[in-house]
Amino acid sequence: MKTDPKGVLTGSHYMDGDFAIAEGGLAAGCRFFGGYPITPSTETAERFSERIPKVGGIFIQMEDELGAMASLIGAVWGGRKAMTVTSGPGFSLIMENLGLAAMMEIPVVVANVQRGGPSTGLPTLPGQQDMMQARWGSHGDYEIIALSPDSPQECFDLTIEAFNLSEIYRVPTLLMTDECIGHMHEKVIIPPAEEIEVVERKWYKGPKDKYMPYKPDKDGIPFMVKAGDGYRFHTTGLTHDYRGYPEINAEWQDQNVRHLVDKINNNADKIIKIEEDKTDNAEVVVISYGITSRVAIKAVQEARRNGVKVGNIRLITVWPFPEKRIRELADKIKAFVVPEINYGQIVLEVERCAAGKAPVIKVSHLGGGVHNPDDILRLIMEAAK
Amino acid sequence: MAEIRFSGFGGQGIIRLGLITGKAISLYDNKNATMTQSFGPEARGSACSSQLVVSEDRVLYPYITKPDIIIAMSQEAYDKYEPNLQDDGILIIDNDLVKSRPARAKIKMYFIQATRIAEELGNRIIGNLVMLGFFTAVTKIVSPDAMKKALPGLVPDRFLELNIKGFDRGYEYGLKVLKKKK
Repeated sequence: MKTDPKGVLTGSHYMDGDFAIAEGGLAAGCRFFGGYPITPSTETAERFSERIPKVGGIFIQMEDELGAMASLIGAVWGGRKAMTVTSGPGFSLIMENLGLAAMMEIPVVVANVQRGGPSTGLPTLPGQQDMMQARWGSHGDYEIIALSPDSPQECFDLTIEAFNLSEIYRVPTLLMTDECIGHMHEKVIIPPAEEIEVVERKWYKGPKDKYMPYKPDKDGIPFMVKAGDGYRFHTTGLTHDYRGYPEINAEWQDQNVRHLVDKINNNADKIIKIEEDKTDNAEVVVISYGITSRVAIKAVQEARRNGVKVGNIRLITVWPFPEKRIRELADKIKAFVVPEINYGQIVLEVERCAAGKAPVIKVSHLGGGVHNPDDILRLIMEAAK
Repeated sequence: MAEIRFSGFGGQGIIRLGLITGKAISLYDNKNATMTQSFGPEARGSACSSQLVVSEDRVLYPYITKPDIIIAMSQEAYDKYEPNLQDDGILIIDNDLVKSRPARAKIKMYFIQATRIAEELGNRIIGNLVMLGFFTAVTKIVSPDAMKKALPGLVPDRFLELNIKGFDRGYEYGLKVLKKKK
């Protein structure tokens, strides 16, 4: 369906990534923001606080990120589309109730403008060190979806995409950007509302006494209702039956966990978006995401000028991970090169998928800046030898 | 492709200079301009700067490495950033605020008393816009029309006219200086 034009600031803007996340959220129909300001994500919260009341939405500055995440769960059961933004230590606090949202199957969006860590780390400088935490930072088995924008424009585009995916799969969806993109100003084009496709919540329309919040529909995803509309149902962090009532035994635990994991993994092909450049006949393939994917292109271009057949892959979707494609390539190429702004996180996934068939070379920058393209180039050249 | 650093001290509107120029170039001159800026305590008092990478193609590396153009509106900023300017770069200085050394290598230097001119126009707060007009004239990296189009939304509405006046004054002075140099 087309989005509500009220939230759409159609036109060309010169905007930073943080603002673009807020505009993406508003364009997607987000009408509840609960958050706690933290550098370098604060601008998103500021933008929401200014804009969301004007389009009929609610902004609440909560006492902390635990409260923020809890407020989103409430807002979603109340029928709203909801998001928050955070960074660094805030992302750790989000995790408690992100697990609850995963268990309750709450469509919700969390943006993380990553800064260098651990702990307080580098509040004003970039990192990509929360990529693994994004996947399993809360306890227990579950899957989420995580997207990684490479520009303010994509902060806008992918926030809408994140909302849509979260609604389709009833799953918390993460937008994993970083300080560099969050604070970088570039041109952002916001299309007219009639060109923005949004996914409506999967509303239940059957008889009131038959509603079951956790009974998978034919596509595997259960229906939702709005609290207060007369449906009696239960929702809990405990392992539960289709009605949402606690069932503390191995059988329902098996059903719950399989459902939470399989609904994402079985649809991975539909969810995953990657960008490939000259990967056919490549000897070396570079894999990166976010701001690093832009810097990596410079190294790839230079390597090609030096006669190396190098392909480039940009992960737009980081979770679920594009396992299939990496496995295919591992059979054909000499090596993977994986630059990222951490000590080696996504590189582990590439290694797992390459399964010893092709060496995987990491290029680590530990945060506080972006790679020097020469450092990536050097390892591409070595890999091609 | 060009790398530009606007620098001065916090409160002079240095970040604003990067924003206006970046907006002008990417929305009205149809090139790409990526702006980054200093955050933290340095943006609120001491040396402060905003950086712009301008390119016909997409900007891949977001930060400047060795700027082609430096605008310095404080002594500290000049001392800190000048050594990294390209040997054939352009250096633009408010020479009431900065005591400069003779140009090294093939650097071209341009001087304007931007803050003083702004005071003459009635408000020193538009010193940055006088500087921006001057920068536009001497570097020709962005069109003056694009710059003026970029102003609404980036300066307060009630001061728009004053800002344009400051820009024009700086621009005219820049043209005059260019003529003299020839």
